Amino acid sequence: MTGSICVLAEQWRGQISEVTYETLALGREVADQAGVPLTAILTGSNCRELTRSLGVADSVIYVDHPLLAEVIPQTCTEALVQVLTGARPRALLVPLTNISLGIGTLIGIRMGVPVVNFCNDIKVSDGKLEAHCVMYGGKIEASVEAATQSGGQPAVFGVWPGVRTADKGRAERDVPVTDAAVVLEESQPIRLCKYIEPEAGDVDLTKEQVLVAVGRGIQDRGNLPLAEELAKALGGAVCGSRPVIDQGWLPLSRQVGKSGLTVKPKLYVALGISGAPEHVEGMKDAGLIVAVNSDAGAPIFNVAHYGIVGDVLETLPALTAAVEARKAVAPHA
Amino acid sequence: MHILVLLKMVPDVVEDLEIASDGRALDLDYLRMILSESDDHALEQALLLKERHGGKLTVLALDAPEVDDALYTAAAKGADRLMKVVGMEAGFTTSQAARFFSQVIGDGSGILPVDLILTGVQAIDDLDGLVAPLVADELRMPYLGIITGINMDASGKTARAIKEFPAGVRGEFEIKLPAVLGIQAAEKPPRYVPVAKVRAAMKSIRIESAPLPTLADGGWPVLSILEMKRNEPAGHAEMLEGAPEKVSDRLCGILAERGLF
Amino acid sequence: MPDALYLWVLTLAAFGLFGRRVYRYIKVLAGARPEKRWDHLGQRFKLVLVQVLGQPRLIEEPLIGLAHLVIFWAFVFFVTSFFWNLVRGLFPFLPIPFADQVPWMRFALEVSGVLGLLALAVAAARRYIFPPDRLEKSRDASIILGLITIVLVSSLAGQWFGWRAMWWVHMVTVLGFLAYLPYSKHLHLLAAPFGVFFGSLERGTVPASSPGAARREEFTWRQLFSGLACAECGRCDRSCPSYQGGFALSPKMLMHHMKELVRGAENGGDGAKFVGEVVKREEIWACTTCLSCMQRCPVMNEHLPVLIEMRRHLVGEGDMDKSLQEALKNLNRYGNSFGAPPRARAKWTQQLDFPVKDARKEPVQYLWFVGDYASYDPRVNAATCAAARVFHMAGLDFGILCEGEQNSGNDVRLAGEEGLYESLQEKNLKALAKARFHEIITTDPHSFQVLKHEYPATNGARTVRHHTQLLSDLVLEAKLPLRKKLKTRVTYHDPCYLGRYNAIFNAPRRVMAALGLELVEMPRNRTYSYCCGAGGGRIWMEDPPVFKERPAVSRVHEASMLDNVRTLVVVCPKDLVMFQDAIKTTGLEDRLEVRELSELVEQAMG
Repeated sequence: MTGSICVLAEQWRGQISEVTYETLALGREVADQAGVPLTAILTGSNCRELTRSLGVADSVIYVDHPLLAEVIPQTCTEALVQVLTGARPRALLVPLTNISLGIGTLIGIRMGVPVVNFCNDIKVSDGKLEAHCVMYGGKIEASVEAATQSGGQPAVFGVWPGVRTADKGRAERDVPVTDAAVVLEESQPIRLCKYIEPEAGDVDLTKEQVLVAVGRGIQDRGNLPLAEELAKALGGAVCGSRPVIDQGWLPLSRQVGKSGLTVKPKLYVALGISGAPEHVEGMKDAGLIVAVNSDAGAPIFNVAHYGIVGDVLETLPALTAAVEARKAVAPHA
Repeated sequence: MHILVLLKMVPDVVEDLEIASDGRALDLDYLRMILSESDDHALEQALLLKERHGGKLTVLALDAPEVDDALYTAAAKGADRLMKVVGMEAGFTTSQAARFFSQVIGDGSGILPVDLILTGVQAIDDLDGLVAPLVADELRMPYLGIITGINMDASGKTARAIKEFPAGVRGEFEIKLPAVLGIQAAEKPPRYVPVAKVRAAMKSIRIESAPLPTLADGGWPVLSILEMKRNEPAGHAEMLEGAPEKVSDRLCGILAERGLF
Repeated sequence: MPDALYLWVLTLAAFGLFGRRVYRYIKVLAGARPEKRWDHLGQRFKLVLVQVLGQPRLIEEPLIGLAHLVIFWAFVFFVTSFFWNLVRGLFPFLPIPFADQVPWMRFALEVSGVLGLLALAVAAARRYIFPPDRLEKSRDASIILGLITIVLVSSLAGQWFGWRAMWWVHMVTVLGFLAYLPYSKHLHLLAAPFGVFFGSLERGTVPASSPGAARREEFTWRQLFSGLACAECGRCDRSCPSYQGGFALSPKMLMHHMKELVRGAENGGDGAKFVGEVVKREEIWACTTCLSCMQRCPVMNEHLPVLIEMRRHLVGEGDMDKSLQEALKNLNRYGNSFGAPPRARAKWTQQLDFPVKDARKEPVQYLWFVGDYASYDPRVNAATCAAARVFHMAGLDFGILCEGEQNSGNDVRLAGEEGLYESLQEKNLKALAKARFHEIITTDPHSFQVLKHEYPATNGARTVRHHTQLLSDLVLEAKLPLRKKLKTRVTYHDPCYLGRYNAIFNAPRRVMAALGLELVEMPRNRTYSYCCGAGGGRIWMEDPPVFKERPAVSRVHEASMLDNVRTLVVVCPKDLVMFQDAIKTTGLEDRLEVRELSELVEQAMG
């Protein structure tokens, strides 16, 4: 494992997360570029069989402990530090998700190693690892080098979801698994009491083929019917980014993004959504993404296939009208 | 009960950000600072807890342009004690910020004891780490992030925190106090306080200055930024131009081609 | 002798009841916040003479207005006669005749009595058979009508048939009326003249800075007095765009609440939750500050100051909808309600093919205060550019403050955020102090209002003009180079802040005439213009969950009903936006379009 590229695999509620595969895909590229092996680390309790799907890696380290059943950052970090201290990899890629957030930082402070967040890409350049980061809500790109002098390994890279396609990081095979034992204190100050499932909404966004998404650019709750009309014309449903849900204009079941749902419809129309990474995370895999925003510099245009710079409230009814006109002409298109 | 809220100012991205002449950092002269959004939520959550359970609320911020306004606004909303760490050069990183916080808290500034330390889960400039877990580890306290709800237990020794997971699922955790929590969103959106009240706070409350602790050089790793530039959304989306009717028509054509009707 | 004794007893009882109640009201008023209304006594007396004796506001509804005037004057004669007779009756030894024994007085009483009865018949017919909207058929009103009828009939009958019993009926009825007066809405008989006397001499004054009012004693005495003077005629409701639109606000109910608040003091009632529970939040926020209510009110009640005091209280509590909160936060931080970058405020000038002077850097003749919507809203930019081109073609030396300009604060103040208004004003004054100019012009009536009336003079420059006034003056001086006549039929919407607030009606019409436009007035024009619904911060607020019809929709319907008129001319950025939206939502795009006057001037300038 020494000098390898390591990826922290996430397991939650009995499954490996999609983001893990995305991160593994990136890890595979970096490892190949650096000419070193790719190792996946999985922590959990009684879930060794999940290691099979981490086949993209050259080897897997599996850490089993009852206290690792749920991911609690400090506990998980303690286990990881024990594993990583022995044979230090060159880099550790940690997904920036609700599940793993904080682990990267904690490894950094406990092992005295550099941490680079917001990574969109990692390259090997002159034998050094260079991260490409997107920060300030998506408005600024930076190329960052994590100095990895001796004692400064592994460099920890916090990786944005969606950094590669999940399929590139998915492979089922009998990958060699090393079981690592860790010692964890029995009495932990944090304990999961229970999960609270979301209320069932009237609509299951993950099953819709067409989604019309509204963000702050819709300006007023009173303009929602305009979006609903477009959704109806297209045969889909309305969803929203976090600010719209926070304002109470749409219920929680309609939230798309980091703390909401991840959706993959055939068509995603983003209206007045700036495209901050937290939202993009939830819709980047949509088949066709069309974005309307009055700000030509909005990050959403980075992920959209088609973009319209204009006033959402003017464009929206025009879109609906055009869709209906076309349907009238070819009713069974 | 004593709650401490940690506030950090970040560049306001409403205005266009400019890059400094060396091409490696933001041009600080050209930008305005604003309170980090999740820190604002952390403050709101602390105010809600104070309203529910009583006690004292201390706010500790790091000196930056417009931080005074953020502190006075916190006081107008209900914070009892305002403090800011002064004497540092602009452009410090998040891990440095976290160390400023934890040293000032730990070294007899009269802040401790504290039951709960709240701060935002993540700021837009947290390149080299997050404040909450760093402060927690430095102060040897438990940490949990992405919190959207807190309830104090009757004993005052533990609290229940709601953490957000993917797909709208939430988890309820029991946490031993004192602890550090990274707030994603307060139970209610940050309240409005009229300008008149902020001005009144300016006259009635003093901001205490805590001098910058000299950081022992622990050989903390430093990131070197090779290049920084504006993220122009060039080349990904095909832009459709023209009047709304024309553009809509074109778009419908595209959708029809793809069989999306 | 016994007659006089009975009379004394009744008189003392009646005056006692009357006096006690009035005294209590005065005590409540004295315990409220002070307000200076003793200035300009001459002007005030004149106001009373006109409004109370002539009642022009009532005559706006001609039939009942005339009837009321007749009843009023009949009343004047009868009250005179009553006191005359009372004194004579209480002091029988006085060597004066009874009122009806004097020929000219008797004649006056007869004539006004008969006319009064006729007027009462009209009033009764209107109330019971053809009631207008918002006239409640209250028991109180019926009692009053009944009593007045008895007063008149008894007097006439007594005079014509000489029945002494009638004299007693008359005196007893009047005394009874007197005692009943302070308990009924007819308190307005007593209170109205005082209401007019202490009325506001300026149009639409925002109350002096205060933390707002939630309890009885936090209102000023004049604000509370409005409740007492209210005759519940409903004219305010009939002209209120919010009420007519089915929003929660009824100005008449608001006055009724104020009356109850004053009376509540008597019953030891606590006015604690007056704001929010008695008067609901939706009511308080629904007002567009168009001033129709105050303009129509015959007793010069002050609905708007009351609402603003309550808004100030709610703002102090942070109690408002999230949209408004967001707008105020943005205004505080960025100087505009959109949360748009301050540096982009002058970006619209890039659409022009000539540079616009930065008034902070070079001296100009005209400092053009552009305003938020005109600067940032893409729908308004076209009009803003047209205005710029018009000024340019007219050879005017003008400049703008660019990012030094903040929202003028007019609507912030009306939304109840005094502190933010002061902050915005400070920043604007700082920017103005750095600039050099001779006068301020603005294309935004809301900004005009506050720049003209509230901002202290800067750099000695005191003139503030709306661009229609400037254009009108240029027309009069033949300095506006118009090349062709636009022979189009148009209609014109008088914006609240030019029209009702500042009586600027003719300037825009003069310009339109000079352009060769044929102006067809809408039924509701000039001071009767129907508000677009955006004022008072409403454009920043969410729509209420239930309403009938947005004011702007009603207005575009009104415009579209005019024969052969396809253009609605506006001179306010918010009107432009509101009416464009309304036209879209009502599907009237093929029928009507909104144009800002500058666009038409530009057309006529070739």
